[in-house]
Amino acid sequence: MNFRLKVWRQASREGKGELRPYEVRDISPATSFLEMLDILNEKLTNEGKEPVAFDSDCREGICGTCCLTINGEAHGPAHPAAACQVYMRQFRDGETITIEPFRVRPFPIVKDLVINRSALDRIVQAGGFVSARTGSAPEANSIPVPKQSADLAMEAAACIGCGACAAACPNASAMLFASAKISHLALLPQGQAERQRRVLNMVRQMDAEGFGNCTNTYECEAVCPAEISASFIARMNREYFRASLRERMGA
Amino acid sequence: MTSIAAFHRSSVGRKLIVAVSGVILILFVIGHLLGNLQIFLGPDWINGYAEHLRDLGPLLWAIRVFLLLTVVVHIYYTIRLAIENRRARPLRYRRKEIVKATLASRTMVMSGLIVLAFIVFHLLQFTFRTTDPRFATLARDPLGHYDVYSMMVLGFSSPLVSGFYILAMFLLALHLSHGSSSFFQSLGLNNQQLTPRLALAGRVFAWLLFFGYSSIPAAVLLGWVKLSAHS
Amino acid sequence: MIGTLDSGIPGGPLPEKWNRHKDNSRLVAPNNRRKFEIIVVGTGLAGGSAAATLGEQGYQVKSFCYQDSPRRAHSIAAQGGINAAKNYPNDGDSVYRLFYDTIKGGDFRSREANVYRLAEVSNNIIDQCVEQGVPFAREYGGLLANRSFGGAQVSRTFYARGQTGQQLLLGAYQALCRQIAAGTVTMFPQTEMLDLVVVDGQSKGIITRDLITGEIVRHAADAVVLATGGYGNVFYLSTNARGCNVTATYRAYKRGALFANPCYTQIHPTCIPVSGDYQSKLTLMSESLRNDGRVWVPKRREDCAKPPNEIPEQDRDYYLERKYPSFGNLAPRDISSRSAKEVCDEGRGVGPGGRGVYLDFKDAIARLGEPTIRERYGNLFDIYEKITGDDAYKQPMRIYPAVHYTMGGLWVDYNLMSNLPGLHILGEANFSDHGANRLGASALMQGLADGYFVLPYTLPNYLAGQMGKRPSVDDPDFERTESEVRTRVKRLLDADGKRSVDSFHRELGLLLWDKCGMARNAAGLKEALARIPALREEFWNNVTVPGYGETYNQSLERAGRVADFLEFGELMCRDALARDESCGGHFREEHQTPDGEALRDDENFANVFAWEFQGESAEPRLHREPLLFESVHLATRSYK
Ligand SMILES: Cc1cc2nc3c(=O)[nH]c(=O)nc-3n(C[C@H](O)[C@H](O)[C@H](O)COP(=O)(O)OP(=O)(O)OC[C@H]3O[C@@H](n4cnc5c(N)ncnc54)[C@H](O)[C@@H]3O)c2cc1C
Ligand code: HEM
Ligand code: HEM
Ligand code: SF4
Ligand code: F3S
Ligand code: FES
Repeated sequence: MNFRLKVWRQASREGKGELRPYEVRDISPATSFLEMLDILNEKLTNEGKEPVAFDSDCREGICGTCCLTINGEAHGPAHPAAACQVYMRQFRDGETITIEPFRVRPFPIVKDLVINRSALDRIVQAGGFVSARTGSAPEANSIPVPKQSADLAMEAAACIGCGACAAACPNASAMLFASAKISHLALLPQGQAERQRRVLNMVRQMDAEGFGNCTNTYECEAVCPAEISASFIARMNREYFRASLRERMGA
Repeated sequence: MTSIAAFHRSSVGRKLIVAVSGVILILFVIGHLLGNLQIFLGPDWINGYAEHLRDLGPLLWAIRVFLLLTVVVHIYYTIRLAIENRRARPLRYRRKEIVKATLASRTMVMSGLIVLAFIVFHLLQFTFRTTDPRFATLARDPLGHYDVYSMMVLGFSSPLVSGFYILAMFLLALHLSHGSSSFFQSLGLNNQQLTPRLALAGRVFAWLLFFGYSSIPAAVLLGWVKLSAHS
Repeated sequence: MIGTLDSGIPGGPLPEKWNRHKDNSRLVAPNNRRKFEIIVVGTGLAGGSAAATLGEQGYQVKSFCYQDSPRRAHSIAAQGGINAAKNYPNDGDSVYRLFYDTIKGGDFRSREANVYRLAEVSNNIIDQCVEQGVPFAREYGGLLANRSFGGAQVSRTFYARGQTGQQLLLGAYQALCRQIAAGTVTMFPQTEMLDLVVVDGQSKGIITRDLITGEIVRHAADAVVLATGGYGNVFYLSTNARGCNVTATYRAYKRGALFANPCYTQIHPTCIPVSGDYQSKLTLMSESLRNDGRVWVPKRREDCAKPPNEIPEQDRDYYLERKYPSFGNLAPRDISSRSAKEVCDEGRGVGPGGRGVYLDFKDAIARLGEPTIRERYGNLFDIYEKITGDDAYKQPMRIYPAVHYTMGGLWVDYNLMSNLPGLHILGEANFSDHGANRLGASALMQGLADGYFVLPYTLPNYLAGQMGKRPSVDDPDFERTESEVRTRVKRLLDADGKRSVDSFHRELGLLLWDKCGMARNAAGLKEALARIPALREEFWNNVTVPGYGETYNQSLERAGRVADFLEFGELMCRDALARDESCGGHFREEHQTPDGEALRDDENFANVFAWEFQGESAEPRLHREPLLFESVHLATRSYK
C-alpha cells in the first residue's frame, strides 16, 4: 500500500510548527502504524534528512507512551486502542493521513510529535496514592473487599496515563484521567483514610496545570484505549462535593 | 483559602453551580409552559392566571429577581468555563474528527446565548410591552383583567415574531437536549447504566418543551387561536 | 584483581539465614539518613519500589528513567501474575515449596539462600501491594483469588486481570509519587545513564544525558543502585519494550562490575510471529492458550503454503503430542520453543518466512463450544485479530517463540551489592534468583522483593561506613568519565556513514537469534564470535546518526544503545561457548538426552560464570562462583 502523510514538524518547544507532506510506498497491510513511521524515518535517515520524532515504548498498548493524533482522532481510528495498536490495513490505499501531536496546553511539545505529560504525574503526586509505609501492611486477607467494588476499582485502575482523554476533549480537560485514579482508590477500603484530601488536592492540581473543564461531551471515553467510563467523572464530582462538605463541617 | 472559595474556584465546583442554576431554569421553563398553555383554554383562563401572578405582588418580584440572578450566574459561569476551555488548547488541531460528542453538547454557549437574546426581546415584548404600542391600549377583558390573551394573539399574529420564537424554542430545546441530562453527570448523580437512559430522557424532554412552546405561536398563525369576540 | 567471589551468604540453617542476617546487619540512624544521597537508576518494579522505600526511610534519593514518566517502565507490560507462598487456596503450598520449585525451575543454577529469601518475603509483597490499593482479582467472599500458572502444581499466582505488572507498577509508582511530593525523592525522567563513576574503587556516581536538552550531567552519591531491567533487546526482536537496553549494566561492567551468566535467556513459546522485515517488536500471547489449543505443522513441506483448513488431519503433525505424549501441548517453555524451531528448520514452518506453527482451537471449540472458548480467551483472540487481522475462531492461530526474559545480569552478593563496593543491582538487571530459567510469575516477585524488602535492609551494611565520603562532582574521576562519555557521543554523531542504526541492530539480532538463541552449538557460537567484531567495526565506520547532541535526538539514543549491544552480544556468545553443558534456557545441542532434553553437567558447571572486563582489546576474565546445594539434591527434569 502507498500513503501520503501530513506530519507535524516542530523543532522545539518554542519553535513554530507546520504540517509537512511525505510519502511512503509498498507498505504491507500487516505493518503497524508506528512501524510505518519507522519506515519513513529509515527513508529520511538514508536521505540524510532528520527523522520524525515520535514517542513509543511497549508497542502493545499498555505503557501509555505513544500519543499521536491520527486523522483528527487521538490514537487514530481503531478505538479502543493506543496508537501503537493501529495497523495500516485499517487505512485505504493511497489515503492521505494527517499526523499531529496531542494538543493540550499542559502538554508542551518537546519535538515534532513528542510531548511532555509530566502534568499528569503532578496530579498523581498531589494525592493519587495510599500512604502505606513499606512493611507496615496488615495481612492481605484481613480486609475482604466485595468483588463488585474490586472489579469496578480495577476498571478505573486500568488507565494507562496516555493523556488521550485530554487530547480528544473539546475542552482539553483531563477529568477522565483524574477521575479514574480518584475512583480507583475511593472504591477500595485501603483508600478511605485519605479519600477526602485526595480528591480535593488532585482536583486542585488538575486545575492548576491549566486543563479545561468537562462539559460532558464524552469524547474522552470514546478514544480511551483503556475503555475508562466517563461515569467515573460523575463519581469524582460526587467525591468532590462530599469532601468539600465534610471539610466545611470540619469533619 | 476557605473551602467555599476553593470550591467555586475549582472546575468541579463551577460545574455544580452551572448545573444547579440550569436546573432552576429548567423548572421555570416547565412551569412557564404550563402557564402559557392555558391560552388554549380561552382568554378567561390565561388572563386570570396572569392576574393571579400579578396579585402575588412582592413575592412575584422576589421570584423575578431570583430568576434574573439565576440566569446571570448561569451565564457568568458558563462563559468563564468556556473561556478557560479555549485557553486550554491555544493551538487548534489542523484536522479534528468528532467521535461521539453530540452537536448539542458542542454548541451549548451558542444555543445559550441565542436563548438569552430571546429572553431579552421576550421581556421587552410581554413584560414591559415596549415592542408593540397596541399592547398598552388593550381594553380590560370582561372580568377586568389585563388582556394577556389578546396580547399574545396580537404578538404572534406577526409571522416574523412567531418565527423568531419558534427558532428560539428550537435552540432552547437543543440546549436542553444536552443540558437536561448533562446536569445529572455534573452533580454526580450518574453511573454507567444510567448514562444512556438519561441521555434519551433528556432529549425527549427537550423536544416536548419545543412542541409545547411552539404550539402557541403556531396555533395563532394557523388561526386556531383568534382574538375573542368582546375585544 | 578480584580474588574468590564472596557471595556473603550468612551461616545457619536455610530458613534462619535471612533473619540472622537482618539481625546482624548494620544500621543508619534516622537522623543521619538524610545526609546520604542514593542514586536509583530505573523506576520499574525493582527501582520504583526501592526509591520509594529508601525515600520513606529518610535518605535523599535521585531516581532516573528514560521514559517520560516513571510509570511507563517496562514492568508495566507483565500480564500473567505474581507468585507468593500464601497458600490461600489451601493446596499445600509453603515457603519451602516455592523455594524448591524456583530452584528446580532454574535447573539448579541459582543460589539456595537468595531463592529461599525470595520465597520468604513473597508474602509481605502481597500484603504491601494490597495495602497500596492494587486491585488484585478477588472471590465473591471478598478474599484474594489465585490461579495456577506456568505448569505449577499449586495455585500461588495473584493477578489483576491481564494487567498484573501494570497494577503492581502503579502501586510502586504511586508510592514513588508520594515521596516525590514529600521531597525525599527527586525524579529525573527522560534522563539516560550513560556511565558509572568509580572513585577509588567505590561506585560513587553516574553520568547522564538529558534526553530533551541533550545536556550531559554528573551526579555524585554515596551509593548507586541499578534497576535497569533486562537485555532481551540485544536480539532486536523481543517481547521487551523498544527502549529496553543493556547500557547501564554494560557500562558498569566496563567499569569493573562482574557480568554473570549473560547467556541465560528465556524464550517464550507463544508469541505472535514475525510478519515483515520492519516488524519492531513481538507480542506475547498468554501461555494459558496451550491449555486448549493444539500445536501442529503440516507433515509435508508442500502443504505449508495451503490454507490450514484445507490440510486434512492425516497430513498434520501434532509434534508436541507425538514427542511428549504425557505433557503434549503443555510441555515446558524451553521444550516447546525448541520443538517449534526444529520443525521450522525442517522447512515445515507456516506463514510469512516460514517461521510459525499453528495453534489450533478447532477441537476445543467443537468440544466446549465457541462461547466457552470466547469466555476463556476472548481478549487474547481479540489482540491476535488486532495484530494479524485473522479470526482465530475460524482458522488456527500462528505462533512462534520469542525472546522474553534474561536471567543473566550483573553479579551481586547476598546484599545485592556488586563486586564494586557501593554498586547495588536489583530486579531483572541482576543475575541472582532465577538460575538458568525463570518460572512464570516470579520476575515481578523478585523485582518487588529486591526493592521493598531486601535492599532497604542490606544497603546500610555498605552505607554505615561511608558517612561523609561522598565525592564532589569536580573530582577528577567525574571529569574523566564525563569527557569519555562526551567523546563517545561525539564519535557517534561524527560517524557519517550510509547505514541506519536500526539496520545494524536488526543484523545483530538475527545473528544472535540464529547462533545464540533457542539452541546453540560450539561451531555457531564461534562463528558469531568472529562476525560480531566485524559488524561492530562496520557500525563505527558506516553508521549514520542524524541530528545534534544538544537536542532531543532519538537516533542518537538508539545509536548509543546499539553500540553497547554490539559489544555485549559478544560477551553473551563467549559465555554460551564457555558453558559447555545444557541447562534451562541455555541449550547446547552437543549436550542433550536422546529425547532432546537439556543435559546438565553438575560436575563441572554447577557454578555461576562471572565475567570481568579486561580492556577493549583483551578477552574478559572468567570467575566462577561455586553453587552449593545443602537443602535440595540435584535432580533431572523429565516431561516424557
Ligand atoms: C511481555 C512481558 C510479560 C511479562 N509477564 C510477566 C509475568 O506475568 N510475571 C512475571 O513475574 N514477570 C513477567 N515478565 C517479566 C517482568 O515483567 C520483568 O522481568 C520485570 O518487570 C523487570 O522489572 P525491573 O524493575 O527489573 O526492570 P524494568 O521494569 O524493565 O525497568 C527498567 C527501568 O530502568 C530504566 N532504564 C533502563 N535503562 C536505563 C538507562 N540507561 N538510563 C536510565 N534509566 C534506564 C527504565 O526507564 C525503566 O524505568 C514479563 C515480561 C514481558 C516482556
Ligand atoms: C432558560 C434558559 C436556560 C436553561 C433552562 C439552561 C439550562 C442548562 C442546563 C440544565 C445545563 C446543564 C448543566 C450541566 O451540564 O452541568 C446548561 C448548561 C449550559 N448552559 Fe444553559 N441554560 C439556559 C440558558 C443558558 C444561557 C442564556 C446560556 C448562555 C451562555 C447558557 C449556557 C450554557 C452552557 C455553556 C452550558 C454547558 C455547561 C456544562 O455543560 O457544564 N445556558 N444549561
Ligand atoms: C411561546 C413561548 C412563550 C410564550 C407564549 C410566553 C409568554 C409569556 C408571557 C405572556 C409573559 C408575560 C406574563 C405577564 O407579564 O403576565 C411571559 C413572561 C416571561 N417569559 Fe415567557 N413565554 C414563552 C416562552 C418563554 C421562554 C422559552 C422563556 C425562557 C427561556 C420565557 C421566559 C419568560 C420570562 C423570564 C418572563 C418574565 C416573567 C415575569 O414577568 O415574571 N418565556 N412569557
Ligand atoms: S483515561 Fe484513558 S485516555 Fe485518559 S489517560 Fe487514562 S487511559 Fe489515557
Ligand atoms: S471529553 Fe471532555 S467534556 Fe468531559 S466528558 Fe470527557 S472530559
Ligand atoms: S507504546 Fe506503549 S502504549 Fe503505545
